[in-house]
Formats: sequence, C-alpha cells, structure tokens
Amino acid sequence: MEQRIYLDHAATTYTKPEVLEEMLPYFTKAYGNPSSVHSFGREARRALDKARKRTAEALKADPVEIYFTSGGSEADNWAIKGVALANKNKGDHIITTSIEHPAVLDTCRYLEKEGFKVTYLPVDQYGMVSVKDVEKAITDKTILISVMMANNEIGTIQPIKEIGQIAKEHKVYFHTDAVQAIGSIPIDVNDLNVDLLSLSAHKFYGPNGVGALYIRKGVKIGPYIHGGAQERNKRAGTENLAGIIGLGKAIELAVENMEKNNKKLIGMRDRLIKEIMSKVEYTRLNGHPEKRLPGNVNLSFEFIEGEALLLSLDLKGIAGSSGSACTSGSLDPSHVLLAIGLSHEIAHGSLRLTLGDDNTDQEIDYVIEVLPEIVNRLREMSPLFAQDKGGLEYV
Amino acid sequence: MYSEQVMDHFTNPRNVGEIDNPDGVGQVGNAKCGDIMKVTLKIKDDIIEDVKFKTFGCGAAIATSSMSTELIKGKNIHEALKITNKAVAEALGGLPPVKMHCSVLAEEAVKMAIEDYLSKQK
Ligand SMILES: Cc1ncc(COP(=O)(O)O)c(C=O)c1O
Ligand code: FES
Repeated sequence: MEQRIYLDHAATTYTKPEVLEEMLPYFTKAYGNPSSVHSFGREARRALDKARKRTAEALKADPVEIYFTSGGSEADNWAIKGVALANKNKGDHIITTSIEHPAVLDTCRYLEKEGFKVTYLPVDQYGMVSVKDVEKAITDKTILISVMMANNEIGTIQPIKEIGQIAKEHKVYFHTDAVQAIGSIPIDVNDLNVDLLSLSAHKFYGPNGVGALYIRKGVKIGPYIHGGAQERNKRAGTENLAGIIGLGKAIELAVENMEKNNKKLIGMRDRLIKEIMSKVEYTRLNGHPEKRLPGNVNLSFEFIEGEALLLSLDLKGIAGSSGSACTSGSLDPSHVLLAIGLSHEIAHGSLRLTLGDDNTDQEIDYVIEVLPEIVNRLREMSPLFAQDKGGLEYV
Repeated sequence: MYSEQVMDHFTNPRNVGEIDNPDGVGQVGNAKCGDIMKVTLKIKDDIIEDVKFKTFGCGAAIATSSMSTELIKGKNIHEALKITNKAVAEALGGLPPVKMHCSVLAEEAVKMAIEDYLSKQK
C-alpha cells in the first residue's frame, strides 16, 4: 500500500515549493535586519514592504493596516486583548460565539477573569450564528464583536458581511478570525465592514509560525509585544523575514488560484460526502450543507468512536482528525460539535477530512472504498450497534 | 503514541463478539469519556471456557478489552477476578497516561460478568 493521503489541511498545509523558493534567500543571502540603515537592511526592508503589499492586496486593505505576527493565535489574542484594554473606558462588554477557535475563546475567558463581560452566542444545528442574536446582544457597553469567518471543525461560513453592517451601525469594533477562510472565501475588508482580521500562513500553503492581523486605520488598539519599533511600534521584535516573505507569496497564490481551487475542492468534497453517506447508514453531516468551506467534510458515524476510526484510517495511509472526547486529551468532545447540539455519543463518532490542492480524485476514490469497511468493522465491535439499530438520539 | 502490542490488539482484536446464552454478562460505561464495553462469558466448573467482548471506544479501550479477554480465557474465575487494569496495561507494553482510564473499563466489565455468573449460582 504505502500510499499516504493527507486529508487534514485544516490542521496545517504543506509549504508550496514556489513559496519556499522565495523564502530561501532570506535565510542565507538577504539576511539583513529590516531596521538597519545599510544596504543589507534596505534590501530586507524592501522585501518586507512587498510582503505587506501582497497581504494587503489579498484583503483589499491598505499596507499600513497589515501587522505581521507569529500566527493566528497571536493575531486573535492581540485583536481581542488589544481592543479590550484600549477601550475599557468606553465599555467592558465583548460579543463572540460558542464555536470560536480556542485562541479566541480562551482569550475571552481570560478577559472575563480580568473583569470584562463576554456573551458567547449560540449557533443553530448547522453551526450558523444568527445576525439577529448579534444585534440583540449589543449594549451601550459593547466594545467588540468577534465572529470567525469560517469554522475550522465543521466548515460553516458565517454571515460576516451582515454582522459587519450591524457592528458599523452600532459603532462597535468587529474582529473576524479568517484563519480558515483565506484562499477559500473572497475577502474585501471594506465590503465586509471588518475592523480587525486574523490570518495564519500555514493554513494556505505558507510556512508555520507566521500570520498577520489586519487593523483598520483609526481602530483604537495598543501594542501586543512591547519593545522595538517594528510593525509601526505595535508589535516589537525583529521580523521573521523569511516567514513573512513566505506568507506574502502564499497569500498571493491563494487568492490567484481561489476560483479554480474551490471548484475542484467542492467537487471532491461533495462527492466524498454523497458517496459515504449513501454507503454508510446512520451517518450525519456536521456543519452547513452549502455554506461550508470548499475542502471541509465532517461526518458523524453513530455507534463508533473517532480515535479508533483515525487509527484505522492511518493504518490505511489516510490522515484525518476527529472531535471525539478520546482524542481531545481533556476527555470532553469538541465544543463545536456540542454547540451544534450533538450528543456526546454522536460527537464521539465524528471524523473531519479536510481536502487541499494536492488531493486527487483517485485519493477520494480510495477513501470512499476503505472508509465504509473501517466503519463497518468498528461497528461490528460496538455493543451499541446490535442493541440499537434504530439510531441514537441526536439531541 | 501506542505500543506495538496495543496496535496489534487494536488491528486484530481477539475474542470479538457475543456468546449466545452466556453464563455471565457485564456491561459498563466509562464515565470519563462515554465509552462502553460488554463482556459475555461461558463458564464451566468455575473455569472461563470462552469469552467475547464488544467495545465502543478508542484504540486503547479496544486493545485493553482484547488483552483482558486473552488474559482470563481458560482461567479459574477467582484468578480472573485478580487481574487488574494495571496488569492488562503492562501486558500491552504500557499505555499513555491519558489512556489509563480506558483500561479500567475492561477490568470492570470482566468483574461484572464474573459477578453476574456468581450471583446466578446462588
Ligand atoms: C480558526 C482558527 N483560528 C486560529 C488558529 C490558530 O492559528 P495558529 O496555529 O497560526 O496559531 C487556527 C489554527 O488551528 C484556526 O483554525
Ligand atoms: S475510551 Fe475514551 S479515551 Fe479511551
């Protein structure tokens, strides 16, 4: 066999060769510090400026609104803590959702300990936030709304433009975690009325450990890392130059190839979902049937457990992930699956397969062939399957 | 993350299934993460002649279920009652610390099945 199929692109992607190629000279040749006056420094500065320009263009933003960070988590932390601290004389209330990435949720929980108040909005069975709920939650103390553009587990795409409109009407800052959205969803920060936006290069075929926060001009926010004058005095530290160059190239490619890629991914995604659901009974699709990321498949197989499923798939060379309690380390199932109303048992049997631009139709065929066999084998071992063929409760 | 023995018992679990008209049945749920194991026994003169299991759980839960059935098969029930989850984990070449609780499931299901048999003998 020894064929390996990577279906975990929401976790991280490989770095594209053309991205790596642009990065390499910045380790060994053009290694100057962008803050230095000499020619080495100037050369590095020019490259940095170019990456910033490329990133800004991908978001239809101005280059001065792009701040490079160490990744998505830092961008989320900075956006939320930065706005909260800088605006606490105006209010102490933040609105977010129950399905955010931990980088947002845990930051909000931290701020609660520091005296801020946070509303965690529920989502419907498809993982969709209600725009009305957002509006209703706004008080005269609300300083920030943070809603992710697309969910990393179930792929549901949120009504960002509508929420942006409401935030604007109420003069509340609006942050969106777009880490999973870059290269999948066209973004125009002005059209969407987004004030802050997080992104991370390793989710769109760039390197790990580098990301960016878009901050609209005029947004009141303090620095996150104190120290030197880098990133317009807002994010100190000698730049991860090669990483930033990689981000710039990767985001340019991601936007360039978006339409073509999405078409291919949606085709493979929908075929995978349709075939598996028709071959395997007692299976449900998690997330929105249409408003979902082009590469996201998230299924729950009743009566079986996700870690056992992942191990079995891995033995067949297929790499996926699961929201099962047994894979979490914390022994709780994924907060996202619970938020869409799944019982612990159904969350247990969840499988996320996230497709990327290196996947082929043959690989999808192979998954369609082996996945049902694996599910059946595990079900034959499951005491629940024989006892309860009527299906488990979904609530 | 898992030892070779765990992966072996996970890929080729021994004694999967259910015995018809068993002499003892034990089914326990794992309060920690919601997994379930069912053990059925065929017992003659206090000797476990046959044992089968079914498990709804992770790789470690399936492997420890399989190993426990191996360890008790052919044994006297009083000996079988002495087998601890630690012994099962050791027989599997160890388990990651976060997975130790899964082995408790197997120990409890086996004990419950033997006790079920004993209660029927009275
Ligand atoms: C939605 C979302 N936000 C934030 C992050 C964190 O990004 P990073 O790994 O770059 O810190 C991730 C990555 O797992 C993500 O999927
Ligand atoms: S059965 Fe859930 S972690 Fe092992």
